[in-house]
Amino acid sequence: MSTPYAKLPRWADYGLIPLINLLVAFAVAGLVVLLVGENPFRAAVILVDGAFGSGPGIAYTLFYATSFIFTGLAVAVAFHGGLFNIGGEGQAYFAGLGVALACLPFDGFLPWYLIFLLAILCSAVFGALWALIPAYLQAKRGSHIVITTIMFNFIASSLMVYMLVDVLKPMGSMAPQTRQFLDGAQLPRLGFLFDYIGMKVRPSVPLNISFLLALLMAFLVWVLIWRTKLGYEIRTMGFSPKAARYAGISETRVIIVTMLISGALAGMMAMNPIMGDQHNVPLDFVAGAGFVGIAVALMGRSHPAGIVPAAILFGMLYQGGAELSFEMPSISRDMIVIIQGLVILFAGALEHMFRPAVQAVFASFSPKSVGVVAAKGEGV
Amino acid sequence: MDFLDVVVNVLNSTVRLSVPLLFACLAGLYSERAGIFDIGLEGKMLAGAFAGAAAASVFGSAWIGLLVAILVSVFLALVHGFASITHRGNQIVSGVAINFIAAGSTIILGQAWFNQGGRTPSLPSDARFNAIVLPGADAVRDVPILGEIYSGLLSGHSLLVYLAFLAVPFTWWVLFRTRFGLRLRAVGENPAAVDTAGISVAWLRYRAVICTGILTGVAGSYMALAQNAGFVKDMTAGRGYIALAALIFAKWKPVPAMFACLLFGFLDAMAIRLQGTPLPVIGRVPVQLMQALPYILTVILLAGFIGKAIPPRAGGVPYVKER
Repeated sequence: MSTPYAKLPRWADYGLIPLINLLVAFAVAGLVVLLVGENPFRAAVILVDGAFGSGPGIAYTLFYATSFIFTGLAVAVAFHGGLFNIGGEGQAYFAGLGVALACLPFDGFLPWYLIFLLAILCSAVFGALWALIPAYLQAKRGSHIVITTIMFNFIASSLMVYMLVDVLKPMGSMAPQTRQFLDGAQLPRLGFLFDYIGMKVRPSVPLNISFLLALLMAFLVWVLIWRTKLGYEIRTMGFSPKAARYAGISETRVIIVTMLISGALAGMMAMNPIMGDQHNVPLDFVAGAGFVGIAVALMGRSHPAGIVPAAILFGMLYQGGAELSFEMPSISRDMIVIIQGLVILFAGALEHMFRPAVQAVFASFSPKSVGVVAAKGEGV
Repeated sequence: MDFLDVVVNVLNSTVRLSVPLLFACLAGLYSERAGIFDIGLEGKMLAGAFAGAAAASVFGSAWIGLLVAILVSVFLALVHGFASITHRGNQIVSGVAINFIAAGSTIILGQAWFNQGGRTPSLPSDARFNAIVLPGADAVRDVPILGEIYSGLLSGHSLLVYLAFLAVPFTWWVLFRTRFGLRLRAVGENPAAVDTAGISVAWLRYRAVICTGILTGVAGSYMALAQNAGFVKDMTAGRGYIALAALIFAKWKPVPAMFACLLFGFLDAMAIRLQGTPLPVIGRVPVQLMQALPYILTVILLAGFIGKAIPPRAGGVPYVKER
């Protein structure tokens, strides 16, 4: 199939166009703010100030970003393989069981770093398990992964309610959650790092060591996708399943392995709120982070170097959004859901909308920069 | 309560619960048959429900509510069309985006406009679609079996319920007996052929998503104006996805779609009915299992254990004219 769009310089492709898309998304979000009778510019100032204006603000922003890096990477790995994993939410939720399995029996006598390693393993395995069935069904039975992962989100949610209400809840307790973890299962916080740059962060701010794990995973995903044979196979399949088949790549194997990695990454997200903040497994701890991952991956163009800043941006929206809802009560946290939707729309589904215009601008400055294809196109 | 009473009761709630699914499912049918996957049924229903309830409470009329619901939901459908037809974007991504936009904005706008924690004010009965008693329903109530079925099951629903079941043969007729329907199906299977015949692929697909918008609007209105007396946040609660599942279950055909929706409605009705009551042999079934059953069933079905579902061939693929 001929590509209908002309080539642009790389920096425009990976920098300018996503930026335009993002700005449009925020402009539309500003219209919504206007519609509820508030000043969008004042809202933006409060939001940014709440997220970056203070030490604790930054720490909270990074705490939220940690979850989004994990889920964003999960969606991105699947995207590279041409698969759309909407199930990050369910995979992370189910992985909460894995975290409970790693923490509850051992938190009395093992040191935190051993439990941390165990929890990484368990959450990854549980997350991967929850992705396995949709992956298998996609690979072997041809059922659409989007639908099955959505269904698995709902199933995970029912299952976790059952587990927390009927199984894991301690005797005599009313709240549907596990017992409080002991010291061994509480991850060290990173607030002290802010002392070195001269900011004070209370020890209660939940930014924790899983942030570093998230950064490590971002690096490993880059290595996996662009520096390994498996990554090459994944990208080949995402680019053209037919070519992959001709090249002798086993479709079944790549689909299943890709989804297992994706599920494992989503699963690791569970550690951040559970072991870093709540110190128990509560109901609904994922709180939409799995879905935010879709927006993060689209915004970051499925590249770890894009995903980390995109995750921090969404961390900023979460943290700043909390501040914003104090100042402007009519703008609750749900505003973020709208922004998330708009980002997905403009950075994802409408990513090519501004391309012809940008292309025309480039062509008018230097016709050479847009390459040969544009010369054949009409009107250039 | 005797056995027949229970059966009529369960079937009655089956009908009520399957109506929003049925509207949404038929909505999806138009779009997907035209080659546009629509995962945003959920969001359009939700937006329709909110718009319908908001308009009905402001103007005090169910019909204005219905109209506004349809307009809002058609608007979202056109956004989906704009992204996936005009700009050839990823249809699933676009649908997901619409779901989020609807989920967030119904809460934000609802809170800003009505200040009731995301609800709309409770609607008085003349701003809702009320139950219609079919002629003679009261007279035959005492006739054994048939009378009970007529008055307990068939009569006493709102106008939209009857409309939903009329929409099934209507959709069948449109898709399989009109020129528009033939072209719509063709554009979902082989858009290049339709293009060669000199018919605009884009315009046909736009008309299909408009049909989707209208029907999801009605689905939302049913939930907010007939089933309930107003909008509650996140009131669709995944029904858009269940409708999608029903559509796949029905292999993209209108009459099987009705049965699939009735089946999922029946599961829902049973889940409500069986809450906490122990079953013979199995014992107490956890409520959560009953709630998850439609989803589990869909997965099993999608796995091809209950027949193979083959989607329209050009589904999900944006049409590019070769140049």
